[in-house]
Amino acid sequence: MNGDEAVAFAAKQADVDVVAAYPITPQTIIVERFSDYVANGEVDTQFVCVESEHSALSACVGASLAGSRVFTATSSQGLALMHEALYLASGLRTPIVMAVVNRALSAPINIHNDHSDMMGSRDCGWIQIYAENAQEAYDWTLQAFRIAEDDRVSLPVTVNLDGFTISHAMEGVAVLEDEQVSKLLGKRAAKYRLETSSPMTFGALTLPDYYSEFKRQQVEAMNVAPPVIGQVTDEFKKTSGRQYSAFSTFNIEDAEAAIVCLGSIAGTARTVATKLRSQGKRVGVIKIWQYRPFPTNQMAKLLSKIKSVGVIDRAVSFGAPYGAVCSDIAATKAMTGADTKLFNVICGLGGRDVKPSDIEGVFDKALRYARGEPVDDHFSFVGVRE
Amino acid sequence: MVTLKELPTTELFGPGHRMCTGCGPAATARMTMKALEKPAILVNATGCLEVASTIYPDTAWKVPWVHTLFENAAAVAAGIEASLRKQGKADEVDIVAFGGDGGTFDIGIQALSGALERKHDFTYICYDNEAYMNTGIQRSGATPYGASTTTTPAGSKIPGKVDAKKDLIGVCVAHRIEFAATACVAYWNDYITKVRRAAAVKGPAVIHVLAPCPLGWRFETSETIKLAKLAVQTRYFPLYEVDHEKYKLSMKVPKPAALEEFLKPQGRFRHLFAPEFAQNLEELKRQVDGNWNRIAELCGETATQA
Repeated sequence: MNGDEAVAFAAKQADVDVVAAYPITPQTIIVERFSDYVANGEVDTQFVCVESEHSALSACVGASLAGSRVFTATSSQGLALMHEALYLASGLRTPIVMAVVNRALSAPINIHNDHSDMMGSRDCGWIQIYAENAQEAYDWTLQAFRIAEDDRVSLPVTVNLDGFTISHAMEGVAVLEDEQVSKLLGKRAAKYRLETSSPMTFGALTLPDYYSEFKRQQVEAMNVAPPVIGQVTDEFKKTSGRQYSAFSTFNIEDAEAAIVCLGSIAGTARTVATKLRSQGKRVGVIKIWQYRPFPTNQMAKLLSKIKSVGVIDRAVSFGAPYGAVCSDIAATKAMTGADTKLFNVICGLGGRDVKPSDIEGVFDKALRYARGEPVDDHFSFVGVRE
Repeated sequence: MVTLKELPTTELFGPGHRMCTGCGPAATARMTMKALEKPAILVNATGCLEVASTIYPDTAWKVPWVHTLFENAAAVAAGIEASLRKQGKADEVDIVAFGGDGGTFDIGIQALSGALERKHDFTYICYDNEAYMNTGIQRSGATPYGASTTTTPAGSKIPGKVDAKKDLIGVCVAHRIEFAATACVAYWNDYITKVRRAAAVKGPAVIHVLAPCPLGWRFETSETIKLAKLAVQTRYFPLYEVDHEKYKLSMKVPKPAALEEFLKPQGRFRHLFAPEFAQNLEELKRQVDGNWNRIAELCGETATQA
């Protein structure tokens, strides 16, 4: 199945109570497949086919506050239209799971993959996971429900998958049995909900005397998320045999140069790294799964052992020294005091193909810096006409 | 029509809220809670009612209540309804969404349209004070022609708002919902009867209730109900209901009071009485007459006799 179908299948197996969603390329297959499940009676889900993404997430927040397990999916402009509601979902602590099929933002209009949609909403208070392929998108979607709905966390989660590259590419996906999923996820038991027998006010006006405390609690929820994610991934491994964590590494143990990236590009990076290893070059790859909360401490430990790191961003943070991922890595590196050399590469915007030769160029640069050359190019584009 | 004796004495919209003295929307909220017969879940769009009733850590609501955004009350209500349907509780609960005129006529119209089209079982109540009062009296799609607001000030060249009020009920009826009605805070039994009808119909229902704002309309806080009555008795705000797409006048006004009686006590219309804007006053009168005639005709009445 393709990545979108894998996500839809995960949502089906998660036995979600309410889905409110709106179609947008390249996410559409998710809502279409889910609609098939509804139409054929394969799920007992209230599917609200809303008139916009803004209403999609608003309806999800309402349903989640009423106690339901809730799922939605979007992409690009749809995520941008949801922007203010993203903050609602996190601020009201509604454990919604949303697949974001990453796509470029207008203008100019482009339907293909990059990460500018999610990076534009990076600070919305959601846990953010990036998948590399359809298998990971399926696995993380399932795990996301457990993470989100854990009382200690109670935060919404996005599972990001690259538009077309993952969403539309057919791959073999190992799926769990329905019973395994229901055992893993259980039913949602909402601690606080809209309940007529115990009336509560949600979304009160909060002025300077209390607002900071609300935000501080959200930070605390992000802080307690990693151990919860750890428990969930461990349990998931017992069921599936597949192990997840905050990030995965490839040939990193003795690497002097590495690439840090998110999503599907990691596959290309590993292939190129393997080739370079056969030539005796000590290169490795760090693929971040759990982008928010950012695994600062673990990453710092890892970075301190590597001489040079090239960070790939698939979105531009206009006017900033680096793209979003590289900014995080730079901040992490600064905390360690390590003298890891760092540079940022922007590539793959609007679906531009990132070739193995492009990645090889990044590794070559990283190796040059690792061997003592001064970093003369902190920020550059790869594969772009200048 | 309900009688006073039939109303519950319980106050689910509690005393202690911080709405202004003489606030029409506050009275609307209180009456709504007396009208609802089942346990209710409330959704409140951003606006005066929301900010002044739930200043953390206090709340004036003794029912489950949620505020999220300005433009999405209908969508949130839709989500709650979907959840309750899944839980098998949809028939046990009244879901009511409150929005002001800004949150309904303007920024929330899309979410409302979507929720009406999808036939979610909920009641949408638009409390209309004819401008964005919460942000300081800016014009909305519900502000009448000629009214002075902070974004349509009565200037020396342009005397207040140049556009007419939007027909909200017409928009809602076009969705072929089972019940839609106008109401006025001054006619409590008409309002409560309509809220009960709205809550009883299967599917969505909309009530558009005129609720004067002393601050924004600039009149004495003791005059809210009197002014609200005048809005109806001058034919400025026709009371009618649309049950299964059939229009019916709720209150005939065969001998209307002069529109000036409604306009004169209000600062927002004061400039229309300056000689240089006499034609604008006439235009407002024409619009009020035109609207009355149109509604009367839809209700199958002869405009002058209705």
